[in-house]
Amino acid sequence: MISLEGVSHSFAVRRGGARLEVLSEVSLQVAGAETVAVVGPSGCGKTTLLELICGLQQPDTGTVRCAPAALMPQRDLLLPWLSALDNASLALRVRGVGRHGARAAARPWFERLGLDGFERARPHELSGGMRQRVAFLRTLLSGRPVLALDEPFASLDAITRAEMQRWLAHALEEERRTVVLVTHDVEEAVLLADRVLMLSPRPGRLIADVQVALPRPRVRTDAAVVALRASTLATLGVNA
Amino acid sequence: MVLVLGVWEAYVDLVSISSLVLPAPHAVLAALYTDRATLWHDLEPTAAEILLGILLAGACALASAVLLHFSGLARRALYPPLVATQAIPIPILAPLLVTWLGFGLLPKLIVIGLVCFFPIVVTTMSGLAAVDPDLVKLMRTLGAGRAQTFWRVEFPSALPGVFAGAKLAAVLAVIAVVLAEQAGSSSGLGYLLTVTVANLEMAEAFATVLVLVAFAIMLFTLLGVAERRAMPWIHERGNTQAR
Ligand SMILES: Nc1ncnc2c1ncn2[C@@H]1O[C@H](COP(=O)(O)OP(=O)(O)O)[C@@H](O)[C@H]1O
Ligand SMILES: [Mg+2]
Repeated sequence: MISLEGVSHSFAVRRGGARLEVLSEVSLQVAGAETVAVVGPSGCGKTTLLELICGLQQPDTGTVRCAPAALMPQRDLLLPWLSALDNASLALRVRGVGRHGARAAARPWFERLGLDGFERARPHELSGGMRQRVAFLRTLLSGRPVLALDEPFASLDAITRAEMQRWLAHALEEERRTVVLVTHDVEEAVLLADRVLMLSPRPGRLIADVQVALPRPRVRTDAAVVALRASTLATLGVNA
Repeated sequence: MVLVLGVWEAYVDLVSISSLVLPAPHAVLAALYTDRATLWHDLEPTAAEILLGILLAGACALASAVLLHFSGLARRALYPPLVATQAIPIPILAPLLVTWLGFGLLPKLIVIGLVCFFPIVVTTMSGLAAVDPDLVKLMRTLGAGRAQTFWRVEFPSALPGVFAGAKLAAVLAVIAVVLAEQAGSSSGLGYLLTVTVANLEMAEAFATVLVLVAFAIMLFTLLGVAERRAMPWIHERGNTQAR
């Protein structure tokens, strides 16, 4: 599904001046229907990695091969002039589906995602958790085989985040897709992913690739989850 | 407002300045009433010129702003001449246009168009430039092409800029129409202003200005209403948050 070979990327920081090296020699493979979490400290190049996967950036060196990917950005970026339903079905409209067809396709999902009754609400009328769900639905309904989720719950409070993590685990189980989930929350990675990739501080390079062979649904207080979280944090150089 | 009028009235009555220099507010109001038929009659062509002029300027300005926004080449080639149109002194140009094109509608539309065009271009372009680049990226990953991204994201994002330009233009158009009509016309409030001033009918001239000002305020207010209608999301957000 996704294959990166020796990918390095840098940004020009000043005109003609030095370049900021963000990713260094990253190679990874993601199989179909696999959920892979990418964890690493802030600024290590996680967002850049997703943009490479989505084809929004071209790598300096190395190759990126990937099935079409839809991005769920770090901020929800819902369009304030559209209702929740129209935001969710935006990708369908872009693909040329008529207004009624697009809404009809998105509507059943509102119930499944606990958003029923909020179809006509504007984004500013929704809570943070609801906005993230609409943004996720928009990504899902793009119909693209790969979902690139960029710290989807980073801006939520701890309680809502826990709720959303349970919810996302459930949604992904029902609707299998290839998912790259970027997060700086190790617990989130262990709860949701089949595999956890760890990046070093900038320039980000792959420092570990851990299989999470735990049964689902996973509970954060489960001993195996706690142990894996601790060992992952240790790999990242944090004393848990 | 009331205070200013009161001081004005008292000043004129007490110091007894000639009404040629400064007519008293009550004289202006009286003129507004006695001349109401003339004023109404002359408002009609002026209002038509203003509205047509703004529509024309607005349409050209939107098209130009989009072109300039998307084409660096157009920006480099066309910005200097556009700035030049804004630097032309209207009092010089207006009489020339009358000589070339006569007393009709066209020279007025050109003057209003020239004055109103540039503000709308500038504010629309800054609206387009302020579009969140992450939104544009998001649209790309949802499969949107240039036109889709423009209509679904960039244009609605830039609407506040468009309306800011239109509001500026509405007020500038009122100034422009007077200059255009004074340069040569046989009707309109600008024409009326020329005639009354020439006849030293200052109260009547002030009444004419009052009508022009009222029209400008009305246009501005209507645009504000249209703005809230066109962008309910900004208005609603204002209500639920801080304000
Ligand atoms: N377009 C850009 N131009 C210059 N620097 C950038 C750009 N995008 C990101 N960076 C820099 O690259 C580094 C990695 O960014 P990012 O991938 O967003 O990190 P993360 O998502 O892991 O926090 C940061 O230091 C950031 O400032
Ligand atoms: Mg990031």
